[in-house]
Amino acid sequence: MANATTGAPVVQNPTAREEAVVFSARGLSKVYRMGEVEVHALRGVDLQLFRGELVVFLGPSGSGKSTLLNILGGLDVPSSGEVRFLDHDLLSANEKELTRYRREHVGFVFQSYNLIPSLTALENVALVTEIATRPMAPIEALRMVGLADRLHHFPAQLSGGEQQRVAIARAVAKRPDALLCDEPTGALDFETGIIVLKALDFVNRELGATTAIITHNAGIAAMADRVIRLRSGAIVEITRNARRAAPEEIVW
Amino acid sequence: MSARRMLDRKLLRDLWHLRGQWVGIAAVTACGVAVLVTTRTSYSSLLASRAAYYAEYRFAEVFLTLVRAPEGVAEKIRAVSGVAEVETRIVAPVMLDVPGLSDPASGRLISVPDQQRPSLNDLHLRRGRWVTPGRPDEIIVSEAFAIANRLELGQTIGAILNGRRQALRVVGIAISPEYVYEIHEGGLFPDNRRFGVLWMSRRALASAYDMVGAFNDLSLTLASGASPTEVIAAIDLETRRYGGLGAYARSDQMSARFLNDEIGQNRVSGTVIPAVFLAAAAFLLNVVLGRLVTTEREQIGTLKAFGFSHRTVSGHYLKLALAAITPGALVGIGAGLWLAAQVNARYAEFYRFPTFLFRVDGGAMALALLVTLVAALGGAAGAVRRVLRLQAATAMRAEAPPRFHAGILERLGLARLSLAGRMVARSLVRRPARALLSVLGVALAASILILGRYFIDAMQLMADIQFRHVQREDLTVVFTRPKTVDVRFELERLPGVEVAEPFRLVAARLVAGHRARRVALTGLANGSGLRRVVGRNLRSVEIPREGLLLTDKLAEVLAVGAGDTVMVESLEGRRRSAPAVVAGTVDELLGMSAYLDAGSLRRLLEDGPLATGAYLKVDPAEISVLHARLKLLPGVAAVSSRATAAASFDATLAKSLGLITGILIGFAGTLAVAMTYNTARIALAERGRELASLRVLGFSKKEVAVMLLGEQGVIAAAGIVSGLALGYWFCALLAGLYQWELFRLPFIVSLGTLSFAVSVVLGAAAASGLVIWHRLGRLDLVSVLKSRE
Ligand SMILES: Nc1ncnc2c1ncn2[C@@H]1O[C@H](COP(=O)(O)OP(=O)(O)OP(=O)(O)O)[C@@H](O)[C@H]1O
Ligand SMILES: [Mg+2]
Repeated sequence: MANATTGAPVVQNPTAREEAVVFSARGLSKVYRMGEVEVHALRGVDLQLFRGELVVFLGPSGSGKSTLLNILGGLDVPSSGEVRFLDHDLLSANEKELTRYRREHVGFVFQSYNLIPSLTALENVALVTEIATRPMAPIEALRMVGLADRLHHFPAQLSGGEQQRVAIARAVAKRPDALLCDEPTGALDFETGIIVLKALDFVNRELGATTAIITHNAGIAAMADRVIRLRSGAIVEITRNARRAAPEEIVW
Repeated sequence: MSARRMLDRKLLRDLWHLRGQWVGIAAVTACGVAVLVTTRTSYSSLLASRAAYYAEYRFAEVFLTLVRAPEGVAEKIRAVSGVAEVETRIVAPVMLDVPGLSDPASGRLISVPDQQRPSLNDLHLRRGRWVTPGRPDEIIVSEAFAIANRLELGQTIGAILNGRRQALRVVGIAISPEYVYEIHEGGLFPDNRRFGVLWMSRRALASAYDMVGAFNDLSLTLASGASPTEVIAAIDLETRRYGGLGAYARSDQMSARFLNDEIGQNRVSGTVIPAVFLAAAAFLLNVVLGRLVTTEREQIGTLKAFGFSHRTVSGHYLKLALAAITPGALVGIGAGLWLAAQVNARYAEFYRFPTFLFRVDGGAMALALLVTLVAALGGAAGAVRRVLRLQAATAMRAEAPPRFHAGILERLGLARLSLAGRMVARSLVRRPARALLSVLGVALAASILILGRYFIDAMQLMADIQFRHVQREDLTVVFTRPKTVDVRFELERLPGVEVAEPFRLVAARLVAGHRARRVALTGLANGSGLRRVVGRNLRSVEIPREGLLLTDKLAEVLAVGAGDTVMVESLEGRRRSAPAVVAGTVDELLGMSAYLDAGSLRRLLEDGPLATGAYLKVDPAEISVLHARLKLLPGVAAVSSRATAAASFDATLAKSLGLITGILIGFAGTLAVAMTYNTARIALAERGRELASLRVLGFSKKEVAVMLLGEQGVIAAAGIVSGLALGYWFCALLAGLYQWELFRLPFIVSLGTLSFAVSVVLGAAAASGLVIWHRLGRLDLVSVLKSRE
């Protein structure tokens, strides 16, 4: 049970390679207050994510995965603890600084695709490249996710998997340092899910962006460098895969 | 919990959630209903009060002024078929020296019978008592004059009666149906300080003016079914030899006519404006409910799956509509009655009816309720139709993302628009009807703002033309009887008089075929500098050497144009009739005049170089000395001053138009706010998710606000531009409608009005934008993204 949460067993192996730390969190807690009731979404999480790695987060519903990812992405702030992205202190950052941080460094992919319905695939991507500091060409981003032939389709004219790939292209077009994906395949069937995962795997390798993927699908863990398991707001296990499986090899 | 109670709870929750928009819709409804109830109520109250006043005080139906007729003539008139009651009177102009007033006032002395109350045109005594028969020093004064000059019972006024100075003591203060508006001959608007009506014993007045056994004024009522035109013709024939100036019907009586026009004004605003507001309310309801059905489709599906009937579910949305409209209508009725009471209080003060009846127009009320009900049903119809069509199964499925197209905008070459620009353009094009109606709503608000100020603009322009371009004299003097034009030298010798220009007014009938009109022929000296004839475009028109210059409205009434010949029948002196050629017309705004050169008038009448008055240019330093002198001059019947006329015009304007203008502007402002706020809220509701995504992507609050409010900006801008055009059109329409014989409203939209309308709408849009900005700040990114599309 969640009794032994203080000082969760952290199994880390950072010395395997000489890796640069991108995210580091220490004693990260998040408490939601709903009237009298306090919900502890995160209870003292310590965590480091390294440059270029692909991490998969697993855990039961309500274990705090999304909360953690949102804090790392600058969408939410922790109640206590430390959290840093490179030299940015995400804890003391104000709303403006967090917006700028998201704009310059982070790409998000959600279960729902959240595309702008009034813009075509190309324009959805261009929207981001227009405000980024060192973006790639929108067409190139769409080519990376295999959608070079769908440039002028509006979201309503694309399948779910295609929409999700546009969302990925939009997230990576700014060449982010971190690519944060919350159940990117949650709404997709198996085959489409594989296509999306291939796209994520590809951009992770191509761009070297630190990639975090939340999933309920344990099979996906095979494609990660590391797998982090959460339970009741704490990290209960971190394992390193000996080999990153190609998305095609995944079965679930 | 019972099913019904569950839905009722949902109703309350929905209402709370949409409170801003609901208040907006209720407010717009209330405005529409209030305008309807106010205008109808004050209209019916005014009609009822006037009818009661006229009936109770036996206001005459035909009027006639003559030079002098023996009392026996009245019997002959009584015998004319169609005549019911006849009353003879003596009416005389009088110069007054009112305590506390430096410039001379003029008055009209009217006789009252010594034995009984007047059988026609009776007085309503407000204070004091009736005059003692035969007393030449007792008068009853009109209430308007008494109030304007703070006259008290027992006070005396200096007067010059038939050349003799005399002190008149105020014994009573009264009102009369004949002088609801007290305007002196040739005046344009009431100036109650400088013109008043006084009543005196018939016997006393007769001896002062050498009129014992005679009369110079006649009024009568008609037997039921009698034709006024036939009676008038018969009377004119009967009184010709006594210097009759031509009888005229009540509809041509100055005061009655003013009142009639005034009451008529209500009708236009009483129908068009409520319709605009209620249509706007229906539109807003339609949009809000439509949006609600979209967000609640899942709930609707659930309800239907649970076995709620179509009727129950769609009834729920109808109830929501009624929940906005009903309080709006009730508040509107309440506010309308309250405003009507305010308007009526103004009317009561302005018109001084003995009793001002408050007539609630039940039909109007029922109409208001019916129309709002229709608006509610119309507004809810679209939403209910969608609810009915929604199958439980499809409703539970998420709605597909809205379809967009590279619309015609892009094909029209707007491809170079920024992405934000494209979002705005496509979103507008996706729902063209809604966008257009939103634009129309804002446009209507802007145009009503313009319309609201149009009357003031037009009246001010009229005043400006009259008092700055037409009248350039300082004082106008009217003589008791015509003098030779040499009188100008006499006048110029008075202190302070720099220039005196004599003029001559002759009562006459102009006849063209079967059309005829009574007018005052105005003979002006050649090259007159103090009085000009000025058209709408402010160009002054030369008086032709030969022939008549007619106000175009008069030419229209007579159906003549330049080059045509009319018969001029003088109603004075030797009553000559002679043909005269219409030399031209002029589009004057006030009155209906016929001008001609003084020499040409003399030749027409075959008499001498006469003047009935003079325009004076006066050294301002000496004006009070001059006033004091003029008060004492026996030959002077009236003096009027341009400056005071202008001031009293402004005061009258503010009093009569201020309230209505204020109401219109307040309501139009409400419409502007409701319209812009609603479109902004709907946009936020529809695009909240999109905006949260943009924020997640790293767009700042400001950038996101621009993308959201860009659409509102376009709607507001388009609304303002088309509102200005619409406003112009409304004003042109009204200017076309208000083309009366007394005055014609010029078409004008002042810069002040334009910028006022623009700033009110911009202000409303900015305030709505601010509310949205505030809400954007509270947008919870995480929870928006967590929720399903
Ligand atoms: N805004 C909020 N207010 C209150 N409690 C919240 C809020 N957001 C999350 N929680 C609670 O925090 C805990 C962690 O939520 P979180 O969304 O991080 O879980 P998760 O691991 O992503 O679950 P899932 O796999 O179902 O998405 C849950 O118990 C949830 O109820
Ligand atoms: Mg989650």
